Amino acid sequence: MSELTSVPKAISGPSSFLDDRLGAGNFLKRNLRKIFPDHWTYLLGEVALYSFIILLLTGTFLTLWFKPGMEHVIYDGSYAPLKGVGMSQAYASSLEISFDVRGGLLMRQMHHWAALLFVASMMVHMLRVFFMGAYRKPRELTWLIGVILLTLALAEGLTGYSLPDDLLSGAGLRITEGVAISLPLVGTYITFFLFGGEYPGMDVISRFYSLHILLIPGILLALIGAHVVLTWVQKHTQMPGRGANNHNVVGAPFYPAFMLKAGAMFLFTFALVAGLGTFAQINPIWIFGPYNPADISAGSQPDFYMGFLEGSLRLMPAWEINLFGTAHAGTLPLSVIIPALLPMGIIMTGLALYPFLERWVTGDHRALHVSDRPRNNPHRTSIGMSAIVFYGVLWLLGANDELSANFQISLNVTTYVGRVLVLVGPVLAYIITYRICLGLQRSDAAVIGHGVESGVIKRLPHGEFIEVHTAPIDTVEDSLRAKEPVPMLPVEEDSAGIPPKGMRGPLGKLRAAMSKSYGGEKIPLDDGHGHGHDDDEHAAVGSGDDKSITRH
Amino acid sequence: MTDNEHEIEQPDERVPKRVIGTPAPGTSMLGAKETVEDADVPGVMIPDEKSARKAEKIVALCFTITFLSAIAFIILYVQIQVGTPESTGQSNLALGGTLTLALLGLAVGITVWVRSIMPKYNLIQERHDLATDETTREEVADTFLQGANESGFVKRPLLRRTLLLASAPLGLLPLVLLRDLDNSKMTGANFNKLLRHTVWAETRKKPMKLIVEGTGQPIRAADFNSPGGILSVVPEGYEHDMNALAKATLILIKFRPEDLKPGTNKNWTHDGIVAYSKICTHVGCPAALYEQTTHHILCPCHQSTFDAADGAKVIFGPAARPLPQLNIGVDAEGFLIAKDDFNVPVGPSYWERGDAEQAAREGSTA
Amino acid sequence: MTRTTAWRRHPLARYAVLVLALALIGVAYATLVQGSRPADAALASGKLDDVAQGKSLFQAHCSSCHGLSAEGTSTGPTLVGVGAAAVDFQVSSGRMPAANPGAQAPRKPTPRWVNEETTRQLAAYVQSLGGGPTIPSKDQVDPAMGNAAKGGELFRANCIQCHNWGGAGGALTRGKYAPSLNESSPQQIYEAMVTGPQAMPVFNDTTITPQEKRDMIAYITEVRSQRDPGGFGLGRIGPVTEGLVAWVVGISFMALVAIWITAKKRKKS
Repeated sequence: MSELTSVPKAISGPSSFLDDRLGAGNFLKRNLRKIFPDHWTYLLGEVALYSFIILLLTGTFLTLWFKPGMEHVIYDGSYAPLKGVGMSQAYASSLEISFDVRGGLLMRQMHHWAALLFVASMMVHMLRVFFMGAYRKPRELTWLIGVILLTLALAEGLTGYSLPDDLLSGAGLRITEGVAISLPLVGTYITFFLFGGEYPGMDVISRFYSLHILLIPGILLALIGAHVVLTWVQKHTQMPGRGANNHNVVGAPFYPAFMLKAGAMFLFTFALVAGLGTFAQINPIWIFGPYNPADISAGSQPDFYMGFLEGSLRLMPAWEINLFGTAHAGTLPLSVIIPALLPMGIIMTGLALYPFLERWVTGDHRALHVSDRPRNNPHRTSIGMSAIVFYGVLWLLGANDELSANFQISLNVTTYVGRVLVLVGPVLAYIITYRICLGLQRSDAAVIGHGVESGVIKRLPHGEFIEVHTAPIDTVEDSLRAKEPVPMLPVEEDSAGIPPKGMRGPLGKLRAAMSKSYGGEKIPLDDGHGHGHDDDEHAAVGSGDDKSITRH
Repeated sequence: MTDNEHEIEQPDERVPKRVIGTPAPGTSMLGAKETVEDADVPGVMIPDEKSARKAEKIVALCFTITFLSAIAFIILYVQIQVGTPESTGQSNLALGGTLTLALLGLAVGITVWVRSIMPKYNLIQERHDLATDETTREEVADTFLQGANESGFVKRPLLRRTLLLASAPLGLLPLVLLRDLDNSKMTGANFNKLLRHTVWAETRKKPMKLIVEGTGQPIRAADFNSPGGILSVVPEGYEHDMNALAKATLILIKFRPEDLKPGTNKNWTHDGIVAYSKICTHVGCPAALYEQTTHHILCPCHQSTFDAADGAKVIFGPAARPLPQLNIGVDAEGFLIAKDDFNVPVGPSYWERGDAEQAAREGSTA
Repeated sequence: MTRTTAWRRHPLARYAVLVLALALIGVAYATLVQGSRPADAALASGKLDDVAQGKSLFQAHCSSCHGLSAEGTSTGPTLVGVGAAAVDFQVSSGRMPAANPGAQAPRKPTPRWVNEETTRQLAAYVQSLGGGPTIPSKDQVDPAMGNAAKGGELFRANCIQCHNWGGAGGALTRGKYAPSLNESSPQQIYEAMVTGPQAMPVFNDTTITPQEKRDMIAYITEVRSQRDPGGFGLGRIGPVTEGLVAWVVGISFMALVAIWITAKKRKKS
C-alpha cells in the first residue's frame, strides 16, 4: 500500500469549510501533535470519563421506558412471582425494562455496573493524583473540580439507586429521610421539601428523577468538560526520569498515537461494562420486591460508595441530647448527625483543602509538572494512607452484617472491633506508612550509592568472593535522581533568636513546626553508605571497572 | 551457557543493566538476550515491516470478530424473545455476549495497532509558563480601570447601591419559588403536631382493628396464642397507604405473661400481647428481626437492638430511644384493636421533637 | 530384610493400602445400612409400637441434654409440648442431635441412625408427651398448590427481615444467625414456621393459615429455583458482592488494560 501524499478531498473539503468559518487551523496546528506522557496510572481518570459516557448512553435508553411515578398499580407483566402484586408505577416499569424489553435487562445492568465503575475509577484516579502530588500548582482548580465531581457522583448514585422503588432502594430512601430529618433546625423543612410532606409521599421519585437525569448529570457534564480542558491546557504531569523536567513534556503525540490509545481505553471500559452486564447480575429488583415502608430485608445495603456512611451510622453509640429539656424543641440526635456528616465532612473537606494546606506548610509556590514518587513525600503518603484506612474501616463495617453472617463472627463483636479500629487504624497506618516510605527512600539511596546487584560473583585476589554491583539503567537512575527534598519554610531563628516573619504567634509557631516536620530531606540520596555495610562489599559500584573491585 | 570468567574480565560491557523491581537476572539473561526497547532516544521509532505485517494480521482478525459479533447481535435480538427469567437470561447472555465480544475485538485490535504497527514515539515538547507576562497584566489592569471609570460605576454611588439593592431580592426568587415543594406548606411548630400523630389516633372515634400485614385479616387475641410469636400489623383501612404505613406499622409480640419486665406498660398489653412501633427510632428502618429466645428486636439497617420484654429499651446500637409502645385491647368479638395513638412521636428524632418520653411520663403522673 | 518388609516398602504399597481401607469402609458401611433394614421392615409393618421405639431412640440419642423423659436439663430445653413438627424439623435438618453447645445449632448432615422411620418414631414419642404442632401432610407443603405471588407478599411481610429477600439468611445478635432457606425442604419450612426453632419466632396456623404458609413455600421454592437472568447471581445478597466485583474485577481489569496499552514493548534482540 502506498502512503498518502496529499490530504484527500473528503477531509480537506469539510476542514477548509470549518476553517473558513471558525479558524480551527490554528488550534489544530498547535494541538494535533500535543504530547501526552505515557504511564498506565494516567489512564485511570479516563476510565471515569468513559464510564460517564456509557452512563449517558445506557441511561438515555432506560428513560425511554422508565416511568417515575409513585401511583399504585397492580403488576401484570411477565415476571410470574409478582403477578397481581400492588406496587408503584416506577417499580412496575423497572420490571418491564428488565423482562419485557429486549436488551432492557442488559442496559439496566450495564448502567448500574458503569455507575459503580464510575465512582470506583474516580476514587482510584483521585488517589493516584494525591499520592503523586499532581494536585499542586498549577492544578489546584482541576483538583477542586474533581472533589466536586466525586461529591456529585455520590449524589447522582443515591438518586439513581432510589428510582426503581424496590424494597432495597426504599430502605436507602428511608435512611436518607431519617438522616435529613435529624439535622438541627432545618431537618424537618428539608425532609418536607424533599418528600413534598411526610415520608414517603407521592413526589420523591419524580423529583429524584429530574435531579438524576437532568440537573446533576448536567452539572457533571459541564464540570467534566472543564476538568478535561484544564488537563489539556495545562498539559499532563509526567513521571520523573527520561529527560522529563518541569519545563517540558515527554511522550507520544495526540494524533495519532494517544488518540487511539484513548479510543482503545474507551472500548475496553465499554467491553468491561458490557461483560459485567452479561455475566454478573446486579441489583435484581424482581427478587427484592416492591417497596413498602413496613418491610425490610436482612442484608439491606447501599451501593459501595455509600458504604462508609452506612458503616459510620452502624458504629456510632447511642447519643442523643435535648438541648432545652422536656417537650421543647431542641433535640439533637447525635447518633445520626455525627456519623452522617463527620466522616463525609472530614474526607471531602480534607480533600478540597489539602493542596492549600500543603502549600501553607511547605511554602512551595512553584508550578510543578513532574509527579512525586509517593515515598519521596512520606508525610503526605502517610496522611493519604491513614485516610484510606479510616474510610476503609467505615466501609468494611458498612457490611458487618454480611461479614457476620458469612464468616460466623458475632455481629456485636464486629461493631466493637470497628469502633476501636476506626480510631486506632489510621494512626497505625500513618506510622507504618511513614516507616515504609523511609525504608524505600533508603533503598533508593542504596541503588544510587552502591548500584544494583549484577548477579556476577567475583573472586578477589586474596580469595574473598564479592558480588559485582553495577549502575542501574539510565531511566531508573534518572527517575531516582529526580528526587528533591520536600520544600520547607525558612523556619530557623535568626541570630537574635527571633523567628522569621509569619512564624510568630501560636499559628505561626504551629506552621513552623509543621513545616519543619513535613518538609526537608529525610534520607539524602547519597546516604547509601553508613548502615552496616562494610566498605569492601560495595566497592564495585558504578562502572564495574576492575580497579574499583580491588581492595582499597 | 555463559562463561563467568569471561564476564568478569569485561564487566563494563557485558554486565546487564537491571530494571529495579524485576527479579534478579538468571544466568540465561546475562547474555542480554532480551532488552527493553531503547526508550530513551528521543524521536520516532518505526517498527520493522516484518513484525508490523504480522501485527496487521492480528488486528484484522480482531476487527473481523467485531464485525461478526455485531451481526450476531442483530440476529439474536430478532430471534430470542424475553419474558420469563429463563428466556430473559438467554437473551441477556446472547446480546451481552456478542456486544462484549464486539467491543473487545475493537479494543484489542486498536491496542495491537498502536503498539505494534504505529511508531514508538518519544517526543519532547516545551511547556510554556501559563501566567501572562507583567506588561500584559498591567495592560489588562489598565483596561479594567478605564472601563470601571467610564461606566461611572465607581463615581455614582446611587447607581451602585440601587443595583445591589435590586439584585438581592431577585436572587432570592428561585428559593422562594421552591417553597411549595412542601405540599403541606407548614412551618416548624406544626411539623411536630403532624409528626407526633399516626393514623391510630382515629381509634378514639371508632375502634381500629389491627390488620395482619400480608394476609389483610384482623386478628383475634385468642388466635395469637403461641408465646414467641410475632406479627407485622397495619391499621385497618390503611393497608396500602404508604404514608400511614411509614409511621403506624406495628410489631405484635406474644409473651408468656411472666416474661414481661417492668419496662413494658402492662396496662397497654392484652394477655401477654405487646404492640411496639415497627419504625426504628434511629433513622426509621422497620426494626423487625425478633429473637424469641432472647426477646431481642434487631433493626437490620444499623443493628440497633431493643429488649422487647422490657419496653423495647435500647440494649445495643445507635438508636437512642425505645420503640414506642401502643395501647391495645380487644373489641367485643375478641379482635385486637388499638385503644389510643402512640403517646410519643414514632421513628427518627427531629429538632422539634423534644424529650417527648419525659413529657409523657410527667403527663401521666400529673 | 525379609520379603514382607520389602513388599511393604514397595512404592505402590501405600496406594494398595489406601484402596483396601476405602473398600473396607465401604463394605462396613453397606453392612451397617443393610443391618438396619430388618428393623425398618418390622417398623413399617407395624410390629413395633412407634412411641416405644421412639422412646428408646430418644433415650439413646437425645436424653443426655433433654433429660430421660424430655423434661429438659441445664443444657437442653424441655421437649414436652414442642410437637412432632419440631422433632422432624430439628432431626431431619441435622440440627439435632447438636454437636456442641454454641450460640446456635447449625444445619449439618444427619447421623446415620436418622432416616424417615426413626424420625417418625422419635416424633411420635415427643408428640405423645404433651401434644404440639404435628408434621404437615404432603398436600399442605406442596409448592405446586400454592399461589407464589400471594406468598411473596407474606414472605416480604414476615420472613425477609431475617432470612433476606432471596432466602440467603442473615446475621442476628451475639453470634446467632438466620439460616439460608436454600437447602430447606418445603416440609422443613412449614415446620419451622409452626414451631419457631431456636431464636425464630412462631407463626402458628391461626394467625398465618396453612394455605398462606403453602403460598409462601410456593414463592420460596419458585424464586430459589429460578435462573438468574442477569448472569451469575453473586449470592443474591445485593450491593456487598456487587461492590466487591466492581473493584476486584472492574478496577483490576482496567488497570491491567492500562498497563498493556502503555507498556514498553520488549523486543528480542
